[in-house]
Amino acid sequence: MHAIEETIKETCKKLWDDGEVNRILAWEKGLFDHDAAPALFRSRERISHLVYNEHCGGNLSKFLIKEMEKEGKVLVLLKPCDTYGFNQLLSENRINREKVYILGVPCGGMRDERGLLFKCLSCKGNDFKASDQIIESDLSVPAPVPSGEEEKLNKMTAEERFAFWRGQLSKCIRCNACRNVCPACSCIKCVFDNRDSGIETKANSDAFEENLFHIIRAFHVAGRCTDCGECSRVCPQNIPLYLLNRKMIEEMNERYGTYQAGENPEAKSPLTEFKESDPEISAEYGKGGVSSC
Amino acid sequence: MQKIGVFVCWCGSNIAATVDVSKVAGAVKEEPDVIFASDYSYMCSEAGQLMIQNAIKEKGLTGIVVCSCSPRMHEATFRKAAQAAGLNPYMVEIANIREQCSWIHKDKEEGTKKAILLAKAAIAKVRFNEPLTAGETPVTKRALVIGGGIAGIQTALDIADAGFEVDIVEKSPTIGGKMAQLDKTFPTLDCAACILTPKMVDAAAHEKIRLFTYSEVEKVKGFVGNFTVDIRKKARSIQEEKCTGCGACMEKCPSRKTGNEFNERLDNRTAIYIPFAQAIPNIPSIDREACIHFKTGKCGICQKTCGVGAIDFDQQDERITRKYGAIVAATGFQPISLERFDEFQYSKSPDVITSLELERLMNAAGPTKGELVKPSSRKHPSDMVFVQCVGSRGESCREKSYCSKICCMYTAKHAMMIRDKYPDINVHVFYIDVRTPGKNFDEFYRRAVEDYGVDYRKGMVGKVMEQKDGRLLVQASDLLTGEQLLLHTDMVVLATAIEPDKSARALATMLTASMDTNDFFTEAHPKLRPVESPTAGIFLSGTCQGPKDIPETVAQAGAAAAKVIGLLSREKLLNNPQVAKAEERLCSGCSGCSKVCPYGAIDYEVREIWDHGVRKTRRIAVVNEAVCQGCGACTVTCPSGAMDLKGFTAKQIMAEVDAICR
Repeated sequence: MHAIEETIKETCKKLWDDGEVNRILAWEKGLFDHDAAPALFRSRERISHLVYNEHCGGNLSKFLIKEMEKEGKVLVLLKPCDTYGFNQLLSENRINREKVYILGVPCGGMRDERGLLFKCLSCKGNDFKASDQIIESDLSVPAPVPSGEEEKLNKMTAEERFAFWRGQLSKCIRCNACRNVCPACSCIKCVFDNRDSGIETKANSDAFEENLFHIIRAFHVAGRCTDCGECSRVCPQNIPLYLLNRKMIEEMNERYGTYQAGENPEAKSPLTEFKESDPEISAEYGKGGVSSC
Repeated sequence: MQKIGVFVCWCGSNIAATVDVSKVAGAVKEEPDVIFASDYSYMCSEAGQLMIQNAIKEKGLTGIVVCSCSPRMHEATFRKAAQAAGLNPYMVEIANIREQCSWIHKDKEEGTKKAILLAKAAIAKVRFNEPLTAGETPVTKRALVIGGGIAGIQTALDIADAGFEVDIVEKSPTIGGKMAQLDKTFPTLDCAACILTPKMVDAAAHEKIRLFTYSEVEKVKGFVGNFTVDIRKKARSIQEEKCTGCGACMEKCPSRKTGNEFNERLDNRTAIYIPFAQAIPNIPSIDREACIHFKTGKCGICQKTCGVGAIDFDQQDERITRKYGAIVAATGFQPISLERFDEFQYSKSPDVITSLELERLMNAAGPTKGELVKPSSRKHPSDMVFVQCVGSRGESCREKSYCSKICCMYTAKHAMMIRDKYPDINVHVFYIDVRTPGKNFDEFYRRAVEDYGVDYRKGMVGKVMEQKDGRLLVQASDLLTGEQLLLHTDMVVLATAIEPDKSARALATMLTASMDTNDFFTEAHPKLRPVESPTAGIFLSGTCQGPKDIPETVAQAGAAAAKVIGLLSREKLLNNPQVAKAEERLCSGCSGCSKVCPYGAIDYEVREIWDHGVRKTRRIAVVNEAVCQGCGACTVTCPSGAMDLKGFTAKQIMAEVDAICR
């Protein structure tokens, strides 16, 4: 891992010296050993403080939105899984590809103080879906391990599931960490921050409506969520928010065919595209649609 | 502050019998901003409208709510009345307390409660209404007719005769449609080709009509008065301007094993072919799947034969983009597939045929030159069985629930013509009911029974079996005598149900026109607007709207043309001012809205904006108000709520919901 970090630093310095980039979005040492903090390096000297180790779990692509307002190209370190979020932002015109230099960095699974990150259990693989240069290494991502939680939830009765979510969502302290880290939550102004939308006041009026924050968010990111798992990773209350998103993805895949948001920035999300082969979802409760007998 | 007036209609007893209208008027007086509330027997009457207008003038109302029938009935009436009294027409809201309340409830107390809630919701909404002004767009004075059968031809002729340009797009190589395949037409027994081909010639010769045969509609954009349509002209592999239609190429073509569609595949045609003698245009097409040159790269005999060098193997499909003010769907029908009706042995025995195949067998230009023979042995039949309602009026999922309407009459026609020409052939007809409403129709059927001795039997055929002697054994029941019958016969003719042409569903999607569960196009109103689709500017002609015979098709084709002429005669159309608008300070420029816009009404521009005192350069959605149809798809797609629909803002809808849930 140390050798990789050194190669990254050398590569960054070279790109800086070549005038290719004028700032670097990467990680630096955080408060604790198991903590690496996202950082923007604005000078060549600071590159020596760059850190890349098994604690760099966060996805840096969302920080790029802010960088787009500045002059010159920014270098960003992206792990294979981070490139999905990058592509999603690209497809929504939140990032200008010309202003970014992607340095793909290898990943062998990321950890926090409790061990391998939960999101790494559903790793999407070693492929970079976007990159300008890739740091070669023999590191390989961990093999996916199904959580089984989705099936458990699917098997519950509606009442049990309702109780499950009421319990989970009641833990929410509305810190907005999930929203702020989410690469699909990239609106300039979130509806929850816009008093005129009337949603903010509604989602606060009682305990249950507070819970609706997450439901509304799940709907807003549906078809755009890359299932990166960042929302669950950053939740201080350990709410399994990924389950809401996976349910949406499951429903969409079932109806419109498998679609992975962020895999290809040119691909169209099934929710904003109409194909003649699309099933006609009927209004009836359940999994309606026109039956072909 | 708004000054709102509420007007509660009795609609005679339509509303007043189930809703206590004066109680509704009394209850809403307490709502915020309401300064006037009243009820009246018929708000839509002149006296009712005058009452509204006087209140607007005297009380200085800034917004009104009319609690009455569906806005589809009288919203326009009340908007006009308000406008005449000096109020912006978009300051009018309708609370539907008839269709959505009084008509569906029995209990007056419950009905009244609900009517009050509906009125409160409308009041909550109108408080946030803003005056809107409609723009105008010019009308493209050209119509598109999709489908070149008798329906399409008649519609096009009528529109063209009124002086407007018409294009016909026909997917097959010739116009004429199903009618061209028919032998005689009921109830007069005149020859179909004799009455159809002059109309085909008229259409081809008309200076206002342009034919796009062997062409398909690929894409439709725009809206009433301003459609832009992409037409794909499939490659015929013939240079049309050079071809003289001499037919030498077809005579020499060595590929002769393709089923002839025009003769219902009862004989074969060449790979380069003209469907029938009177086809328009009289230009062959090369069926690339059958052509030896396209399959092996060799042959090319037609190219060598052609005296004018018209054969062009490299010809590509051509894309043509044209603008239209109105579009007429005239896509017609097809017989259903009989693959799930194995009991009739249709796929096994060549002597079991459909009625359309029989038309070709009896036609002088058909595969047997009009001589009726058994397809298996080419021998003269001595006994024939007709089965009605094959696939029609059924309950199982292989059948259509509807009556195909034309089969009773054409079966009577076939039976009569056979008995007339070959009195030695016994003809039996099995039917569920014989339905012959129509001018001279029942007389026609009775002639078949009484004068021509056709053996009509009420009952259905259960099974057809092939016999070793080459004949067919038909098992059937006669419901009137209660007998089970076993008939030895030579041919079985199936009156196959008809269904909309397969191309209709895809077309409906392109046109955003609605369809019923059987894929027939839906009318704007089944009784009062039968030739218009609910989508403005889209009209319906012929069997694409429902089963019908030729006289009905021609009548409907004329009616659709009249509607199109009415539209194209107008210089300008008023736009709907209830269109979408993006709030620039909220828009992230993600393109979500433009991806779902069915009208292509959303563009983006990079704009400098002030955001809380900071100058920012942003990519922002801009709605073309002339193109936007106010469907609202963008507003629900926009995650940040930057997109809103004027007249139906999120705030207004929230206010309505709040008023009901309060």
